[in-house]
Amino acid sequence: MTATTTPELLSYEDALATYDPVMGLEVHVELGTKTKMFCGCSTELKQDANSQTCPTCLGLPGALPVVNETGVESAVKIGLALNCSIAEWCRFARKNYFYPDMPKNFQTSQYDEPIAFDGYLDVQLEDGEVFRVEIERAHMEEDTGKSTHVGGATGRIHGAQHSLLDYNRAGIPLIEIVTKPIVGAGERAPEVAKAYVAELREVIRALGVSEARMEQGQMRCDVNLSLMPKGSEKFGTRSETKNVNSLRSVERAARFEIQRHAAVLSSGGSIVQETRHFHEDEGTTTSGRVKEEAEDYRYFPEPDLVPVAPPREWVEQLRAGLPELPLAQRNRLIAEWGISAHDMQSIRNAGAIAPIVATIEAGADAASARKWWMGELARSANEQGVDLAALPITPVQVARVSELVAKGDLNDKLARQVIDGVLKGEGTPDEVVDKRGLKVVSDEGALSAAVDEAIAGNAGIVAKIQSGKVAAAGALVGAVMKATRGQADAARVKELILEKLGVSEG
Amino acid sequence: MPGITREEVAHLARLARLELKPEELDHFAGQLDDIIGAVARVSEVADQDVPPTSHPLPLTNVMRADEVRPSLTPEQALSGAPAQEQQRFKVPQILGEE
Repeated sequence: MTATTTPELLSYEDALATYDPVMGLEVHVELGTKTKMFCGCSTELKQDANSQTCPTCLGLPGALPVVNETGVESAVKIGLALNCSIAEWCRFARKNYFYPDMPKNFQTSQYDEPIAFDGYLDVQLEDGEVFRVEIERAHMEEDTGKSTHVGGATGRIHGAQHSLLDYNRAGIPLIEIVTKPIVGAGERAPEVAKAYVAELREVIRALGVSEARMEQGQMRCDVNLSLMPKGSEKFGTRSETKNVNSLRSVERAARFEIQRHAAVLSSGGSIVQETRHFHEDEGTTTSGRVKEEAEDYRYFPEPDLVPVAPPREWVEQLRAGLPELPLAQRNRLIAEWGISAHDMQSIRNAGAIAPIVATIEAGADAASARKWWMGELARSANEQGVDLAALPITPVQVARVSELVAKGDLNDKLARQVIDGVLKGEGTPDEVVDKRGLKVVSDEGALSAAVDEAIAGNAGIVAKIQSGKVAAAGALVGAVMKATRGQADAARVKELILEKLGVSEG
Repeated sequence: MPGITREEVAHLARLARLELKPEELDHFAGQLDDIIGAVARVSEVADQDVPPTSHPLPLTNVMRADEVRPSLTPEQALSGAPAQEQQRFKVPQILGEE
């Protein structure tokens, strides 16, 4: 199938010198409800194909859908968090298309009456600048089944002899969130696209309505992009790059399309309105199908469902119960922790905000919680190529390590060994301390003897200290630490040395 | 009332992935015309004060709690499938997409 020639690209700089990009982002979020949107089938996706279906989600004659209350609640929460108005009354609609991923031959969606509309989301770029993205709508719909194409190239539709359908996913609640055209971002458009999806993902997670794991398809982004000559206000023809499934890909897809559009337009060509597919490996897009017009979907109100009219008191109750949203939380933590916006951005990029907050809640002080998650643990996660949250250590355990350090039972070096042990599955911090015998030597007799030995063996240094160069004591502390295999409390060692030499800290 | 054209029937047929012969296009254009004409009579009797309705029942917010109900077994789910493979519904090659 891949007789695709790589399209001509204009350099990014040249493209932006001539054109202004206009973007529209459509994000689908799979809700974390227990059941599907219109039936009681479980959403817990089992490997066992077609084991989570029923007459409703299989579209069997006579089966009737009933709306999932939690699905509606999640939709309202998302709408409120995105500063949207919530419809007083809205309906579902059938989006008709003939494709076997929906056994009903239509997708139950919303058309001209979305549950939430006219909102905005403030998104923060890498340098801390805040860009406001206007939200057109958020509406409820359902996911499709999974197709596997058999014959021809593996998994590809072209050359396939036939397709196999698993409907476990068909009917899982989706919220589609659509932005208004994003104009004025200029060269930062790809960055804005990425920042928007990142901010939205954090909002969704803060609301607890979905884990929004992009790599698992729980959140997917379609990037609509067009260019207009600088100074123009008339939008150009857009392309729609479908199912872009990572933050980095969102940015790359937007950038690639800017360069491709610019090349086509500069050479006097015109952009075809079509869907395109993003290829993760090359960072390119290729042509998909020519986009159907909305009227081709022959939307009409779903006759099997009655309208949804969220009572105002309920909406206000949900509004009052909204959690602190991520941007506000970050600003608060910057002030509370006394760190820079840049440091916060690093913490955010590392996915460390939630673990650090949880570690502080478990009793650790902010500085040490930050230190462990952004140091030892970030390094470990990086080496293994996993998220911080996926490391086999809990915030409570990190807080315990921090407590042991604060009590003087561990020093930093020993604490790192304890964390290493926990990550290697040797047990809780206390178990690792016991098993590995990692305790600061607090036996004053043993410590005193080690200090005496160091003093006896380093006459030159001792002389320096006694002549007033207190800083030279560091070398003796090092000697004692070495002798005790790092298990001494360095601060106490220094105290002992100075005491024995009759020198005060100055 | 403008008549349904052959081109419109051909377009609908394409959306529904139906293959129609040229004479069928004319045949169905006539039939669709009749159907739409019949339905259009509703707008003759509906006055300005009659709001369009999509549902006969004056109900809203009919919802269910988010509680799992038993699903069909894969065997039951596939029992009506004309063809199956690997516990999945087997359908013909899909054309004109992607």
